[in-house]
Amino acid sequence: MFAASVISGLAIGAMYGLLALGYHITWVVSRSVNFAQGSVMMLGAVVVFSLRVTLGWPMPFAIATALIGCAGFGIVLERIAVRPFRARGSDSWLMATVAAGMLVENAAMFLFGKEPRGMPSALARHPVMLFGVGVLPLHIVILLTGIGLAGVFLVATRATPLGKALLAVVQNPRAAQLMGIDATKVTVFAYALSSALVGLAGVLIAPLTNVTADMGFVFGIKGFAAAILGGLETPWGVVLAGLLLGLAEAFATAFVGSGATVMASFGLVIVALYLRPHGLFGRAPARKV
Amino acid sequence: MTKWELIIAMVFSTPFRRLTTASISRALAFAALTFAPHFTSAAEPASIPVGLVAALSGQSAASGEAITRGLAVAIDEINQAGGVLGRPLTLVRRDDESNPGKGIAAARELISREHVAAFFGGIDTPVSVALVPIANKEKTPFIGVWAAGTAITRNGANPNYVFRVSAVDVLVDQRLMRYTVTIAKAQRPGLMLIDNPWGESNRAGLEAAAKAAGVSVTGAESFESGDTDMTPQLTRLKMAGADAIILVGNAAPAAEVIRSLDRMGWAVPVISHWGISGGRFPELAGPSAEKVAFIQTYSFFKSSARGEAVLAALEKKYPAIKGAEDIIAPVGTADAYDAMHLLALAIAKAGSTEGPAIQAALEALPPYDGLIKRYAPAFTAANHDALGADDYIMVHFAENKIVPVQ
Repeated sequence: MFAASVISGLAIGAMYGLLALGYHITWVVSRSVNFAQGSVMMLGAVVVFSLRVTLGWPMPFAIATALIGCAGFGIVLERIAVRPFRARGSDSWLMATVAAGMLVENAAMFLFGKEPRGMPSALARHPVMLFGVGVLPLHIVILLTGIGLAGVFLVATRATPLGKALLAVVQNPRAAQLMGIDATKVTVFAYALSSALVGLAGVLIAPLTNVTADMGFVFGIKGFAAAILGGLETPWGVVLAGLLLGLAEAFATAFVGSGATVMASFGLVIVALYLRPHGLFGRAPARKV
Repeated sequence: MTKWELIIAMVFSTPFRRLTTASISRALAFAALTFAPHFTSAAEPASIPVGLVAALSGQSAASGEAITRGLAVAIDEINQAGGVLGRPLTLVRRDDESNPGKGIAAARELISREHVAAFFGGIDTPVSVALVPIANKEKTPFIGVWAAGTAITRNGANPNYVFRVSAVDVLVDQRLMRYTVTIAKAQRPGLMLIDNPWGESNRAGLEAAAKAAGVSVTGAESFESGDTDMTPQLTRLKMAGADAIILVGNAAPAAEVIRSLDRMGWAVPVISHWGISGGRFPELAGPSAEKVAFIQTYSFFKSSARGEAVLAALEKKYPAIKGAEDIIAPVGTADAYDAMHLLALAIAKAGSTEGPAIQAALEALPPYDGLIKRYAPAFTAANHDALGADDYIMVHFAENKIVPVQ
């Protein structure tokens, strides 16, 4: 029971971690959050299903197209639902991104239908035994992808010019611009990258669950809970918080029952934030006096 | 005040100096709305509307479509034979989205605005349970054609306006347990139940059925319709020594149960209530879907003259149907087909479209040879369920088709 809960919790937690990483990226660059992340995740799953299953495209092309589509959606979203509001010093981007997410969800219901569909995958067919527990290869892929992408992002922001530009923009946009960094382009890139990451989460989870137009809502909320729990500032922190959230859910389901799953996960978030208001792995900003 | 007096009052109650084209237009519009039905009724008889409140979208959309097809084919037959009381029947559908709140709003609208003579229900027991008080309060017959919750028809109301041409949980549970013990040779079944009133209703029924069959239920686990991993619940049942799983849930969450079993590598017999036939269960659950035995009230593979005639009518009306194997969720189609004919008989017997008259007529119908069986009679004052335990059959999926278990 214990081993099964760990495996199951880590697999679902890696998904929350990927979504949380998406929230983190836009936050550190633009101090804004894309609340349409859940819908972008759904978009990734629905597009790859439609291209692969309905139209019969080869899987690599279907995945690449889905990710490019999600990145494109991120760019459009930044342009119409975030930038105009931030330029006026308004926080209305918050509601605008929520609205954009609902728009996408309803458009998907109209075009894709409301009926759940099953996404076949060779990686989700035959389990391998690990510590006496059956694990699908896709679970391992998801876990490695979540942790790997957090690591790549952490290294990239410190070791590449683009990564340094990302961090420079958040530390001081005006100074970054004086140094020749185009803050607008960096923000657009952050939204595209964040949306592509979340789209990847949708592509990865599609074979493990049912593909539906409303599948992203709960994931979006839980991904944001993980981002807050970890502390929005740290990439590895939000991914670890996602894993923690997944484990909490799996253990609550295993030892208390599925009725306690949501209570346990969100109860954990409230208690953790009460004890550490800036998240489990975040730090309070330094105040110069 | 007559309608004419009302129109005159609308025009002339306005002071003459304010008598504008707007007030005259209002009166003309009222007159048009008031008298239009009388003008058309001279040309052709007004139709009798019958309603359907069912899941037409979402996880169980296939069930709503199956019910619609059964009703539509029956209505075509009735209308071609001259209708009822000399009037054609029309079907007015509303989508409850498997949501009791939306179901209640839809039923109220059908009764108060569409003036339906009666209405049919869909797959979801929670929705049907919510519709029971409305049917009894508004004195409008409500005929369930899928949801099997025991309390839907056995609701304690007198007079009771709720009828059903479908399975009843308490009887289904006995049949499922009998299959589990005698065919699957299990002595310690575990229960996997959807966490809603339907799951609760079956838990009580299955535990009673197990006691009657002389076996013990190893454990009862519940799951939410949005759960993406059922391995924790299944692991608990496995550790408790379950030698079969009895599953109660609709297609999408039930498919998650089957996928979780695959993931665990636990090859255990699964016997299911019929909710899995209301969606794309084989697609969602994968190859292991074929191992699940489940209950139905009818199979179009069962040969009979009436069955072949209905199949031919379905093929003609829905070109995607090329044979019995193409009928999605056959139980919904068959139950709805018979229920529509029984309702038409009741309206004819009542000689009226008033709810109380139809209710009384439904309780006193003559014997009727239907698609599923010979109803002799379908309902009585004491029994509002047209189908009994002997009318159920066990089936399984074979390459997307629902075929009887050999």
